[in-house]
Amino acid sequence: MKWVLKGGTLVHPESQRMERADLLISDGQVEAFLSLEESTTIEREGLLRVVSAENRIVTPGLVDMHVHLREPGEEYKETIFSGTKAAAAGGFTAVACMPNTLPVNDTRSVSEFILKQAKAAGFARVYPVASISKGSLGEELAEFGELAESGAAAFSDDGKPVCNALLMRRALEYSRTFGKPIISHPEELQISRGGCMHEGEVSTRLGLKGIPSEAEEIMVHRDIALARLTEGRLHLAHVSTAGSVELIRRAKEEGIQVTAETAPHYFSLTHEAVEGYDTRAKMNPPLRTARDVQAVRDGLREGVLDAVASDHAPHSSLEKDVEFERAANGIIGLETALGLTLSLVDQGVLTLFQAIRSLSTNPARILGIQQGEIRPGCKADLTIIDPDVTYVVDSSSFYSLSRNTPFDGMRLKGRAVMTVLDGVPVDLSRESADF
Amino acid sequence: MTFLGKDHLLGMAEASREEIEIILRTAESLKEISSRDIKKVPTLRGKTVIHFFCEPSTRTRMSFEIAAKRLSADTINLSASTSSLTKGETLIDTVRNLQAMNPDVLVLRHPMSGAPHFVARNVQASVVNAGDGRHEHPTQALLDMMTVSEKKGRLDGLKISIVGDIANSRVARSNILGFTAMGSQVTLAGPPTMMPIYAERLGAKVTHDLDEAVEDADVIMVLRIQLERQAESLFPSTREYARHFGLNTKRLKKAKKDVIIMHPGPINRGVEIAPEVADGPYSVILDQVTNGVAVRMAVLYLLLGGKEA
Repeated sequence: MKWVLKGGTLVHPESQRMERADLLISDGQVEAFLSLEESTTIEREGLLRVVSAENRIVTPGLVDMHVHLREPGEEYKETIFSGTKAAAAGGFTAVACMPNTLPVNDTRSVSEFILKQAKAAGFARVYPVASISKGSLGEELAEFGELAESGAAAFSDDGKPVCNALLMRRALEYSRTFGKPIISHPEELQISRGGCMHEGEVSTRLGLKGIPSEAEEIMVHRDIALARLTEGRLHLAHVSTAGSVELIRRAKEEGIQVTAETAPHYFSLTHEAVEGYDTRAKMNPPLRTARDVQAVRDGLREGVLDAVASDHAPHSSLEKDVEFERAANGIIGLETALGLTLSLVDQGVLTLFQAIRSLSTNPARILGIQQGEIRPGCKADLTIIDPDVTYVVDSSSFYSLSRNTPFDGMRLKGRAVMTVLDGVPVDLSRESADF
Repeated sequence: MTFLGKDHLLGMAEASREEIEIILRTAESLKEISSRDIKKVPTLRGKTVIHFFCEPSTRTRMSFEIAAKRLSADTINLSASTSSLTKGETLIDTVRNLQAMNPDVLVLRHPMSGAPHFVARNVQASVVNAGDGRHEHPTQALLDMMTVSEKKGRLDGLKISIVGDIANSRVARSNILGFTAMGSQVTLAGPPTMMPIYAERLGAKVTHDLDEAVEDADVIMVLRIQLERQAESLFPSTREYARHFGLNTKRLKKAKKDVIIMHPGPINRGVEIAPEVADGPYSVILDQVTNGVAVRMAVLYLLLGGKEA
């Protein structure tokens, strides 16, 4: 397929430039930047299909490096088909999916199954994150070599932090062989046990057992120390506290190989959102205080936090329409992450370049995905965004199979209108996979 | 509550001073029914009250049931252990089924904080919180306020000390909110392991020295120590707890002459309270139980549309 994307404003997040350009797209690549005369001629003479991107911005395809697609095992919450469709609707051309499926992605067969389903769905690239330990049980290392060969982009035991410091040390050491990062879910489980929201004024008032910020910070501290020891590549998932941001800042100043992500809810909501025992505001790590929200925003602006990842965690009413303490952790985020991040641009917290870096080139670099700025010869994975549209979040219109979001009814500005994957505009109207 | 435009009694957090005063005055006037020869009035005839208890209870459950019966309501009791919850039915399905039988009031005791709030969003019946997890136990606070008010003639300006495991206590939370709303000054005492973070922002003073809490208190409320908390390292042993935080006769000597001692029950004699204190002249523990019936009669009566008696 050869076609022209006309009239869009390209955003170059690394070199911090914007330029109006018409793109000739062919064979999965941006073949050339066309002059206005060339594209006008092509359009007038009907030589090629021309898609308008007037008043739109065009960015390198967005990458969500932390999602849960639930397949195999919990297809009633999400499938690779529905989850990647939600990703495309949210502006993402690539996602990295966590291994806490049933069975756990600790073997080639599970990784290959995920990739096969993703290819059949065709909405976005999927990079499986394989488990650190067999069965994510925290006892023995999974077979990193074979998993890397079968497509694993990183290793993580995700929701189950590696409690054994020696095993974490070995994971950081051994993964160096394959150049893949170890993604840590930083949580000290003894301190957080039984907790279901941030330990603070609101938990005291609601009589809910709290999870102190220190549960996260102790583990951030340990893992940074292990990264220093091993020179391994550490990536810290869903950073939620001011103290963690500070620890990561110091580690980076010291030159330790550490990267970090946060999620939109940690810069958008505080623990007050739990009032009324709203299970849609229950996730792990929990929503923190206004001071933490500010620190996370500062961390993104100052580059201490590299990436914004949604931690898209679909759950059905079976897990969420229950007593608060019994409810599952997690919220969906693929279809709100871009809008929430762009709202930071609207509020003057981030530049547009910083926002797009944290949603695209930075996570791509961490995962080792070939993706940079848009230039002739680059892979044509693109996101086309209407930066000016304002709208109210309505989860009933989501492509995700789940509805567990605290952002319903929130007014946002800026959303993706199209993604281009491998040179082809993604068609969201498709209802089943091409097998 | 319907008399002030509310449908439920979920917690003291939502109750104003005016509402508390109305409930207490109503309870005072209904209390007399329980001392009659024929302890029954027809006020709530034809009304159905379901008592749904998902946790063990002696006092609260009996008290609610007696209160409803003395007002002639039909009462049905359901325990978690004998309900379909044991077959894996969810709470929401259980209460929707109860709602389908059209009860007027659902009294709920549940081990998880916020469960009554969740249930209230899913039924039309009035929900009364009979204790939810570590959150609130509003009728306990009301009966405690009624008891203090009877003994002291007022609540405004009184010094109330609450001693024990504040972090895990729903009785403490409701009493802090209730007494503070009524103008009392509340002091919390207990080891730091049992004090919730930012406890002072609930409106109370915090101390870790029991003597300080005893000295100028008008009321000392002793909380039950849940013995299983020892496994969570909240205290090293019952012996050590009794020594440092137990209310005994020696400590009581430092108290005001007209102090009153309260305990929501059940008591661990010799742990948080010495037997001589529990049974002694300052103790109003059984008056609390008596007033529990009156307060619950008032709550049921007012929720079901009754005017202040």
